[in-house]
Amino acid sequence: MNFSPTKEQLMVRKMIKQFAHNEMKPIAQLTDEEARYPQETIDKLGKLGVMGMPMPKEYGGAESDYVAYAGAIEELSKVCSSTGLIVQTHVALCCWPILTFGTQEQKRKYLPDLVAGRKLGAFALTEANAGTDAAGLQTKAVDMGDHWVLNGTKAFLSAAGIADVYIVMAMTDKSKGTKGISAFIIEKGTPGFNRGKKEDKMGIRGSLMAEQIIKDCIIPKENLLGEVGKGFKVAMASLDVGRLGVACQALGIAQGAFDETVKYMKSRKQFGKSLDKFQALAFEMADMKTRLDCTRLLILNAADRRDKGLPCTTETAEAKLYASETAVYVTNKAVQFHGGYGYTKDYPVERMMRDAKITEIYEGTSEVMRMVISGDIFR
Amino acid sequence: MKIIVCAKQVPDTTEVKIDKVKNTLIRDSAPSIMNYEDENALEEALRIKEQFPDSYITVISMGPPQAKDMLEECIAQGADEAILISDRELVGSDTWATSNVLAAGIRKLSGFDLILTGRQAIDGDTAQVGPQLAEKLGIPQVTYVKEVTVNDNEIIAKRTLENGYETLKLKTPCLLTVTRELNQPRYMTIKGIYNVKNQEIKVWNIKDINVDLTEVGLDASPTKVVESFVPTSKGKGTVIEADSAKEKVAILLEKLKEKHI
Ligand SMILES: Cc1cc2nc3c(=O)[nH]c(=O)nc-3n(C[C@H](O)[C@H](O)[C@H](O)COP(=O)(O)OP(=O)(O)OC[C@H]3O[C@@H](n4cnc5c(N)ncnc54)[C@H](O)[C@@H]3O)c2cc1C
Repeated sequence: MNFSPTKEQLMVRKMIKQFAHNEMKPIAQLTDEEARYPQETIDKLGKLGVMGMPMPKEYGGAESDYVAYAGAIEELSKVCSSTGLIVQTHVALCCWPILTFGTQEQKRKYLPDLVAGRKLGAFALTEANAGTDAAGLQTKAVDMGDHWVLNGTKAFLSAAGIADVYIVMAMTDKSKGTKGISAFIIEKGTPGFNRGKKEDKMGIRGSLMAEQIIKDCIIPKENLLGEVGKGFKVAMASLDVGRLGVACQALGIAQGAFDETVKYMKSRKQFGKSLDKFQALAFEMADMKTRLDCTRLLILNAADRRDKGLPCTTETAEAKLYASETAVYVTNKAVQFHGGYGYTKDYPVERMMRDAKITEIYEGTSEVMRMVISGDIFR
Repeated sequence: MKIIVCAKQVPDTTEVKIDKVKNTLIRDSAPSIMNYEDENALEEALRIKEQFPDSYITVISMGPPQAKDMLEECIAQGADEAILISDRELVGSDTWATSNVLAAGIRKLSGFDLILTGRQAIDGDTAQVGPQLAEKLGIPQVTYVKEVTVNDNEIIAKRTLENGYETLKLKTPCLLTVTRELNQPRYMTIKGIYNVKNQEIKVWNIKDINVDLTEVGLDASPTKVVESFVPTSKGKGTVIEADSAKEKVAILLEKLKEKHI
């Protein structure tokens, strides 16, 4: 593993940092307050090639490495983690499965627009009664000879109604359990495929999440993604990429809150001196910094293994587990060290603390990460 | 259209440390960036290329080896080629010597239609290199340009004056020095960044360009820096806080009266 970033990795980070500072920072608070989807930011990121950066050149990507991608998601999330999530869901849970499991026709049909950011992707696995136990999903897909008919309701779908291309997991043969699940591509606007109730969330309020109702939805035969009965594999493999993104999102939130706190501590005076002069607080900052760097190394390891084509499910789960718990810990302390001001919306740490929590929940909860890691220990 | 952009890597702060002996800036004391107005020059070149897609943009810089980083960023933004002229003999060159070097470098290239430079560099603030370069190459120039229109081989440039602007029409080849008002520089793109490795930055030393050794470097520079220092700020401005504009004006008038202004 190379601990020194490459030229490209440094440049990607620099470019995203500039972009986030100029284009995202001014609207980050409003994005949260009004739960406003940052469409203009996503359009701009599309033009800059961020929406499909690790995808192959033949589909318009830059074939960037995942270490650089990780840096990009972190830098976006430092300033606005809703944006970080939108980008990472699109890349990891829509572009990636189409690239990895799609037919030539599917890749040619969907990837160029997705990679250029002209179209947005989503991933529908969770249902009301199938969260952690995703294999218990009840959405059904029936083979009608020359087409499929889908019925069911997806819950907690990020970008529901906004996204153009959806990867939808449905049961094709209930008797086979996880081996009875298949993955499908459904396009926005398909009759019988509609957004339901929007959820009002604690954090990442700029990223919309809603129910998606699938009723007698007819889709063409060729929209099956991968083989019949291999949908669970599609979902789990995609979530490995997604968890890397969530880890980076968590690191970004934590680093963002940490940086704000350093700045604040230097300026806020009590008892005649600035807060950074209180060793009790400074020592805690040292612990936070150490955890941030640990997180960064775990992410680097997971991303580097992905770049090298090595197995990385466990390493990615470790990165996500540690990053998300670090984000919750650091943002909590960040608010603490801001005192009452940190509890107000005048300072971004309030938003960051709310944003951090989700990273312990989606794309597999911390408990699930521990299942993955312990499962590997006691294999 | 063949466009040449002159760019300089500069330290990113007003608080850089100064070499007491040479009276020049210590570059390592602050992070290096591309000079702001040179970014505007590159941006304008990229826009012209969008208008005339068969244009070719060459960025040229004289500077230390690490200026390569800046040139790589120019490639990542969309420049076609970048050249760094770097040699120990060039250290300490003033504007006259620098324009000698740039002119020699540009003469080595296969012609050009337009040269764009920033108005001035934030570390020297002389605004001399652009005009000197035009003189040495024997081409017309317009300085302080804030708007450019290109029609085939004719350029219309709006030039900022103290109290307005002046519009000038000129034939190519020519040189424009540009200001920050001209445009908003773009970001690097991800594809551009990953294209850098296919686009070698050419590094030329003094032997690669046809330049008289007695006309470059510190000793040949007619400008002798007597002293460099960080100017001390002359007091702070005050912000008048009050509920209404009316009250603010009242407070202001009061203050002016106190000072007998
Ligand atoms: C903002 C947001 C966006 C989302 N976006 C998407 C999306 O785009 N697509 C999508 O498919 N899903 C999405 N989800 C769903 C998300 O992945 C699930 O919420 C998550 O997987 C947990 O499922 P659940 O909510 O049903 O919780 P449950 O599964 O009910 O879990 C409740 C608690 O029990 C624990 N638990 C459950 N089973 C076990 C066990 N066996 N051992 C130990 N502990 C256990 C869990 O860890 C958790 O702490 C999103 C969720 C949110 C909140």
